[in-house]
Amino acid sequence: MAAKTLTIDGHLVSARPGETLLAAIREAGITVPTLCHLDGLSDVGACRLCLVEIEGQRRLQPACMTMVSEGMVVHTNTPRLQSYRRQIIELLFAERNHVCAVCVASGHCELQRLAGMVGMDHVRYEYLSPNCPVDISHPRFGIDHNRCVLCTRCVRACDEIEGVHTWDVAGRGVNAHVITDLNQPWGASTTCTSCGKCQLACPTGAIFPRGVTVGERPHASERIALIVEARKQRW
Amino acid sequence: MSRLRIATIWLGGCSGCHMSLLDLDEWLIELAARADLVYSPIADAKRFPPNVDLTLIEGAIANDEHLELAHTARRHSKIVVSFGDCAVTGNVTALRNPLGSAQNVLQQVYIEHGDPGGVIPHDPGIVPVLLDKVVPVHQVIPVDYYLPGCPPSAPRIRALLEALIEGREPAADIRFG
Repeated sequence: MAAKTLTIDGHLVSARPGETLLAAIREAGITVPTLCHLDGLSDVGACRLCLVEIEGQRRLQPACMTMVSEGMVVHTNTPRLQSYRRQIIELLFAERNHVCAVCVASGHCELQRLAGMVGMDHVRYEYLSPNCPVDISHPRFGIDHNRCVLCTRCVRACDEIEGVHTWDVAGRGVNAHVITDLNQPWGASTTCTSCGKCQLACPTGAIFPRGVTVGERPHASERIALIVEARKQRW
Repeated sequence: MSRLRIATIWLGGCSGCHMSLLDLDEWLIELAARADLVYSPIADAKRFPPNVDLTLIEGAIANDEHLELAHTARRHSKIVVSFGDCAVTGNVTALRNPLGSAQNVLQQVYIEHGDPGGVIPHDPGIVPVLLDKVVPVHQVIPVDYYLPGCPPSAPRIRALLEALIEGREPAADIRFG
């Protein structure tokens, strides 16, 4: 297996064949913002935050869904990319009701942290202010659709790690939303094992353990990668 | 150097940002040596005066009075700062937006979830009239700087004020909630 050599932001980097560009970028010590990516889960390229410029390609490519190739010349932080990343975060804030001041995840939220990272000091778009439901029919967890960014990390954790696929996405465009079973209340789900991996995977305050209040939901998404790693080892 | 003329206004917010401003404690005495507070909920001034150097706006635009005061402040101020999350995003003040029009919000609060026999307050010229949608300050007037936070902490307010008073560009300081 010959290593691939590529150039990332002017640095020569070698990567394993079959490795994603995102992994190569991170191994080179470069930070690219991500939201739908979670170590341990498959990638879907949904959030578009990790878009990069590749010389010779007209289109921007999501680093998480692009495989490294020999001689690639990649730029991860151009003014155009910075501008798009800020727009993406602004649109996410404008689409649902992300009220950090009264959110269970405040201080531990990836969206809140990303706002700072991309320099979003205000949102230039009009807020849609949709009327979103909160489902607390499950005895241990709740889902607040006001905070959901549709990253589908819960869907993938439930499907790929727990193996039950309770979660999925229904609807299209601004009507898209995550559902449990056949769009039934979470508490009525017959497939949910109450394992809580969706809650671990959630980057915002959308899925939370019941009983927590403002700022009390810790961020524990890295535990998904730990579970995946532990499954590989047999003691 | 002539003394700076600073104003603060309190629109649709809880006054927590002004509390945080007061939390600057003894630095306020240093500030008072260099600037006059010409209009503020914590100063005795009835009208927003002309020729203001810097205005901090706390709160979102939720009613007709806020709208008018924001425009007045903009007209008379060189620099306008959106001060805190309500001014920057709408925040808690904008939680009513998903309920729909102002009439529907009032109906929900005073009639459907109020005491039996509740009435919707209606005194034009006395009780400000709610706007149908609560909006951040920058949606109605141009804003020069943003200081998010609920509330922004006293050291963060001080960092911004010091930079603006000295004519420097404030360092990026973004923390919502």
